[in-house]
Amino acid sequence: MKKVLGIVAAFGIALSASTAYAAMDKVKACFIYVGSIGDFGWSYQHDQGRLAVEEALGDKVETAYLESVPEGADAERAIERFARSGCNIIFTTSFGYMDATNKVAGKFPDVKFEHATGYKREHPNVSTYNSRFHEGRYVQGQIAAKMSSSGVAGYIASFPIPEVVMGINAFTLGAQSVNPDFKLKVVWANTWFDPGKEADAAKALIDQGADIITQHTDSTAPMQVAAERGVKAFGQASDMINFGKETQLTAIIDDWGPYYVERVKAVLEGTWEQVDVWAGMKEGHVVMAPYTNMPDDVKAMAEETQAKITSGEFDPYTGPVKKQDGSDWLAEGEVADAGVLLGMNFYVAGVDDQLPQ
Amino acid sequence: MRIEVSRRQMPSRLFAYLSPVIALALTILLGAIVFMALGKDPVQALYSYFIEPLTETWSLHELLIKATPLILIAVGLSVCYLSNNWNIGAEGQFLMGAVAGSAIPVLLPEFQNYLVLPLMLILAMAGGAAYAAIPAFLKSRFNTNEILTSLMLVYVAQLFVDWLVRGPWRNPQGFSFPGTITFNDFALLPEMFPASGRANIGILFALVAAVLVWLMIRRTLKGFEVRVLGQNPRAGRFAGFSSAKMTFFAFLLSGALAGLAGIIEVAGAVQHLNEKLSVGYGFAAIIVVFLGRLNPLGAVVAGLVLALTYLGGEAAQISLQISDKSARVFQGMLLFLVLACDTLINYRIRFIAGQPSASAEGN
Repeated sequence: MKKVLGIVAAFGIALSASTAYAAMDKVKACFIYVGSIGDFGWSYQHDQGRLAVEEALGDKVETAYLESVPEGADAERAIERFARSGCNIIFTTSFGYMDATNKVAGKFPDVKFEHATGYKREHPNVSTYNSRFHEGRYVQGQIAAKMSSSGVAGYIASFPIPEVVMGINAFTLGAQSVNPDFKLKVVWANTWFDPGKEADAAKALIDQGADIITQHTDSTAPMQVAAERGVKAFGQASDMINFGKETQLTAIIDDWGPYYVERVKAVLEGTWEQVDVWAGMKEGHVVMAPYTNMPDDVKAMAEETQAKITSGEFDPYTGPVKKQDGSDWLAEGEVADAGVLLGMNFYVAGVDDQLPQ
Repeated sequence: MRIEVSRRQMPSRLFAYLSPVIALALTILLGAIVFMALGKDPVQALYSYFIEPLTETWSLHELLIKATPLILIAVGLSVCYLSNNWNIGAEGQFLMGAVAGSAIPVLLPEFQNYLVLPLMLILAMAGGAAYAAIPAFLKSRFNTNEILTSLMLVYVAQLFVDWLVRGPWRNPQGFSFPGTITFNDFALLPEMFPASGRANIGILFALVAAVLVWLMIRRTLKGFEVRVLGQNPRAGRFAGFSSAKMTFFAFLLSGALAGLAGIIEVAGAVQHLNEKLSVGYGFAAIIVVFLGRLNPLGAVVAGLVLALTYLGGEAAQISLQISDKSARVFQGMLLFLVLACDTLINYRIRFIAGQPSASAEGN
C-alpha cells in the first residue's frame, strides 16, 4: 500500500523527531492568502477554515490574516511580520510562498509554519499540507460519463502542474470506468482566476461538442456559461450552486477547517509536530457538494464511489491504467505511488490533448 | 452657473514645490476620515501606516528592498517624461532585464566566480534597454504612439517570462512547478547588514543612479537638451537637437534602469526567477515620478514614501483588521491629490454666475 501519506495525515504521525513543547493558554493563529477572501474560491475557503478555528476554539485563539499577498519578494516580509507580531502558528496558503516560508521559519524556530501545497520542509517547525482533490475528480468523471450524451467532457485547466494533471487523469479514469470510449478535451487557460478567459474556454469546449464542463480554475464564469448554454457543469473549490441551480451536478469543496482546528489545537496543547499531510475524503478535507440535477441511479453510483473512497476500499489510481502514449503504467490492482502522483507530468490514455511541457 | 478653467500667468514656485507635501497632508486627513468611517481609531491607523514600519530595524530593511525598484525605475522615467516621451512600459523592461540577467545563473550554473554578478547586472541593463528600444524605434520611425506600444509590450514580457519558467528554464527538481533553480551564491546580491535584515546593496545602485541622472539633467548639455525638447520640441529643433535621438536616449536610459531594477529584485530578495515577479513596480513608479516632481532626487524620497504605504498597509491590515483594499485606496488618493494640487497650482478655477454665454455653449 502506498497511501502512506494519507495515513500519516489521518493519524497525525510525526515525520521528524518529536520535540516537547509546552502547552499554552492562548494561541495566535495567522493566515496569509494569495487572493482576496471574497474570491468565492481558493482564498475564500481558506478563510472559512480560519473562521472554523475561531468557532471551535473560542477565546483560546486569536486569528489574523493578510489577503492578496503577492508571491514574490513581498511574501517574505508579510510572513516575517506575522512571526514578529506574536503569531504562534502561521498558515501560508499558496504554493508560491514555499521558499519564503522556509526562510522565515529558519529565523523563528519557536513559531510553527504550515505551508499549503508545497514540498519543502527545511526546518523542523515547517509542515506541509494539501488535499487529495483528485478523489473528487474521479467521482465527477463517473457522473460525467453517465450524464453526457455526446461522450465528450470539457476541462478548463489552469497550469500544467502535477496537481492539475492529477485531476485531469482522475476525471478521465472515472469517466472510463463507466464508458471506456469517453473523451476529455482540455483547454489551458493559464490563469487561476480570470472570468473572461474561463468563460471563453467554456464556450470553445461546448462548441467542440462537450456537454459537461468542469474546471480547475477559481471563478464561477464557466458555471454561468454552462447554465446559459444548457449543459451541465461541476463547481470548483466551493459550492457554486447559486451560480447554476439547474446546472451544477456537484462541486469539490476544499474544507480546510478540520485540519486548521487540529493543528491550532496541537499548538495549544503543546503537541504540534512536523507533518506532511495529504488528506482527502476520508479525513473530511475533500467534501462533495450535494448531488443535484441528475437521476437517482447516477446519484446512487456517485454516492457509492464516494463511500468506497472514504472508507479506503478504493483508490482512484488503481490499475490497469495505460499512459496516453499507450505504454503500461499500473498493472491490474496496482495502486499508484504517491511520489509519482505528486510529480505527475503525463496523461493517461483517453485524454484528447497534448500536455504542455 | 458655469465653471471656467484658465491657466495662471505666474504659477507660484513655492507652491509648486509644496504641492506633494500638501497632497500628502490631504491624503492623511482624508485617510483619517475613511478610517473613522470604517469604525477604526484614526490615530492608531495612521500610526500603523506611517510610523510603525519605521520603528524596527528589520522593517527598515524591508522598506529599502521595496523602495529600490521604485526609485530605479522612477529615475529613468523622469528623463523620459521630462523629454516628453511617455514610456508606460517600464514593467516590461523590468521583466526583460530580469530575464537577461538571470540567463547566466540559469543557463550556466557551473560558472561561479566574482565575474558573475557584474555580468548579470550589465546583461540586465542591456536587456531592459533593448526592450525599451522597440517602442522608441516605432515612435521615431513610424510616429507610433509610444504609450500604447510600450504598454502592450508589458503583456508580451509577462507571457514570455511565464513561458520561460514553465518551459525551458524550469527547475528540473521542482516537481513541474514553475520557477527556475535557486541562484548560486555568486549570483546573489550581497546583503548590507545581514545581522539585522535582508536589505541588499541594490539600494546603493538606486541612490547612485539618482544622483548621476540628477547631475546629468542639471549640469550637462544633454540635460538641457532633455528639458528643451520636452518643453518645446520646435525650439529644440531650431537649436539643432534631434527629437528622434532624444526618444532613443530617454527610452534606452529608462529601459536600462528598469532592467537593473529587475535583476536586483531577482538576485536580491527573490533569489530565483519566477512568474510572480511582476507585481506592478513599473506602474507604481509612475506615481513615484510625479510625486517626486520629475526630479531624480525627488524620486528617492517619493519612492521611500510609496514603499512605506505598502508596508504600512500590511501593518494596518494586521493591527486594525482592515482589508488590503485600504492600502490601494490610500495610494490612489495620494496620486489623485498630487495631480489635483498640481492642477490647482497651474490653473485657476472660477465659478461664474449667470447663463452660459453663446460662445461658451459650443465648448
